[in-house]
Amino acid sequence: MLLQSTSLSFAYPGQPSLSFPDFSLSGGEAVLLLGKSGSGKTTFLNLLAGLLSPSHGQVILDGVILSALQGHRLDLFRGQHIGIVFQKPHLIAALTVKQNLELAQFLSKKKGPSPLSLLQDLGIASKASAAVGTLSEGEAQRVSIARALINTPKLILADEPTSSLDDEHAQRVITLLKSEAAKIGAALVIVTHDQRVKSEVSQVLELKSA
Amino acid sequence: MNLLTLSWKYLSFRPLATGLNVILLAFGLAIITVLLLVQHQFEQKMTRDAAGIDLVVGAKGSPLQLILSSVYHIDFPTGNIKMEEAQRISRSRLVKQVIPLAMGDNVQGLRILGTNHDYLDLYAVKFTAGKAWEKPFEVTLGAESAQILGLKLGDSFSGSHGISVGSHDHDQHAFRVTGILAPSGKVVDRLVLTSIESVWYTHDESGGAEPDTTTEGEEVSIVVEEGTLEEGIDPHLLPVAARGFPISDQEREVTTMLVRYRNPMAAIQLPRMINSGTSMQAASPAFEMSRLFELLGVGISLLQGLAIALVVIAGLSIFIALYNSLKERKYDLAILRTLGASRGQLVGLVFLEGISLTVLGAIFGIAFGHGFLALIVELTSQELVSLIDPWVFLAEEGLIFGYALAVGIIASLIPAWSAYQTSIAKQLTKT
Repeated sequence: MLLQSTSLSFAYPGQPSLSFPDFSLSGGEAVLLLGKSGSGKTTFLNLLAGLLSPSHGQVILDGVILSALQGHRLDLFRGQHIGIVFQKPHLIAALTVKQNLELAQFLSKKKGPSPLSLLQDLGIASKASAAVGTLSEGEAQRVSIARALINTPKLILADEPTSSLDDEHAQRVITLLKSEAAKIGAALVIVTHDQRVKSEVSQVLELKSA
Repeated sequence: MNLLTLSWKYLSFRPLATGLNVILLAFGLAIITVLLLVQHQFEQKMTRDAAGIDLVVGAKGSPLQLILSSVYHIDFPTGNIKMEEAQRISRSRLVKQVIPLAMGDNVQGLRILGTNHDYLDLYAVKFTAGKAWEKPFEVTLGAESAQILGLKLGDSFSGSHGISVGSHDHDQHAFRVTGILAPSGKVVDRLVLTSIESVWYTHDESGGAEPDTTTEGEEVSIVVEEGTLEEGIDPHLLPVAARGFPISDQEREVTTMLVRYRNPMAAIQLPRMINSGTSMQAASPAFEMSRLFELLGVGISLLQGLAIALVVIAGLSIFIALYNSLKERKYDLAILRTLGASRGQLVGLVFLEGISLTVLGAIFGIAFGHGFLALIVELTSQELVSLIDPWVFLAEEGLIFGYALAVGIIASLIPAWSAYQTSIAKQLTKT
């Protein structure tokens, strides 16, 4: 198993503890994370990404216990092995498209595919030297997918990646995520409540509100 | 891509704010640079040019003017003194050495200074060509004078009356260049040196040849003719005095004389003796210059205060810019962390931005400072200012980089701390 979570729970200060179901995922597999708002989807995603550390239980990615890593080693591990796509693209506006990808490579200290060839795969090579501000929402989201993929991660986490896109772009983004994840053999976790996405992924993990 | 490029991209993404901060800091540092350069060069020149001169004796008037005109050759002389009286002082047991000076003419604004060879020794000059004057109307050019006049050994020129350009020419007797000095960085560079006799003879005859002859000039020329007739030989062909006062059978004048004391006692007795016992005055270069700097000191401290205020404001402005841009960029910081950046790298990024700004400010500041000084030197004809070399770089300018770095680091402290504290998960879940 590439990704495994066991008896995870997390409590925000002054709030009841959230517990998450155990689950595991192999490389190349995709899973949808569903649940009502407030059920802790984003918290779960943050735990999987190592952005939050659990009060109980552990997340194991490729044999490494995330909560055992500290400080910069955790940051570096995340940069090298986990790609995150957010609801909004959140690219660095001061940089061009290509520089955004180069930055991800620099910070993870990992030599991945060339930014240009990746952009080509995602059909946005023509925008390589464009300023981020000039991109359309759909293009920007594709660039942010490229940024998540640039270090050939083992795990791709996507938090509502399609919610701000129209049908055509949503379809395209979800197809891209699936195919690229499969290509590099990464596990893909998508948090969504988007009906358009639900039909695309068969494996579903539903979070029940506490 | 690295942190430095990233910080630079962030800075150039906000060109106006960045530009304002750099310029603000640059102006503050430019003022400091100018002050450093001016103060350093003036003090250096002033002390070097006055080395070996304990006292200047000249006609009554402003003591500062006497020093400025006789030691630094920038102001007008206070008048002439009788050579006989000057010679009496030189025989005093308190005096080790005197160098008489005669002024009154210029060539294209460069002063022609009549003196003896002791003056050359005083400034330890070296010749690049020829040797010191030996006969009347032979001159030795300072290095800069030679360059400005474009004269070579053996060339002739005529001087004009007065200390500054624009008066009538003495074209009866041409000066002949017999020596050119090596650059020394001292006041002799900008002088045209000759014998006291040359200065006398020029003025003796100028009156007679002028169309608007004054009766006084007439008299002088007659006197000379008489002198010549009596001795039977033309004094213009005799060698001039290389040391001490020139020999003359007439009542002659010199402008001032530079005195070196024989012993420390002289510093107390000699000035008082001259000031109260003769019609001349004595002034000490060291004392007058420190008085001048005291007068200028108020202005200098005012400028220093302004410079420090500008630098502090620049620091504050850089702090505000960093802090604001960081608030806007909290999300960026969180993203950088998810991409693998450590807290340390974020802190480094903030410091790099602050320090790049201030280092740029320092570079521009130093460049502005030198450029501004060069412009002033270029535009002004004031001799005092033209003494400054705007392209001298001082070790103290390294201090300016030090100040700039300190400003950058201090301005970055709080923003860096806030970057360090950013919680990624909290930031990312905020919508």
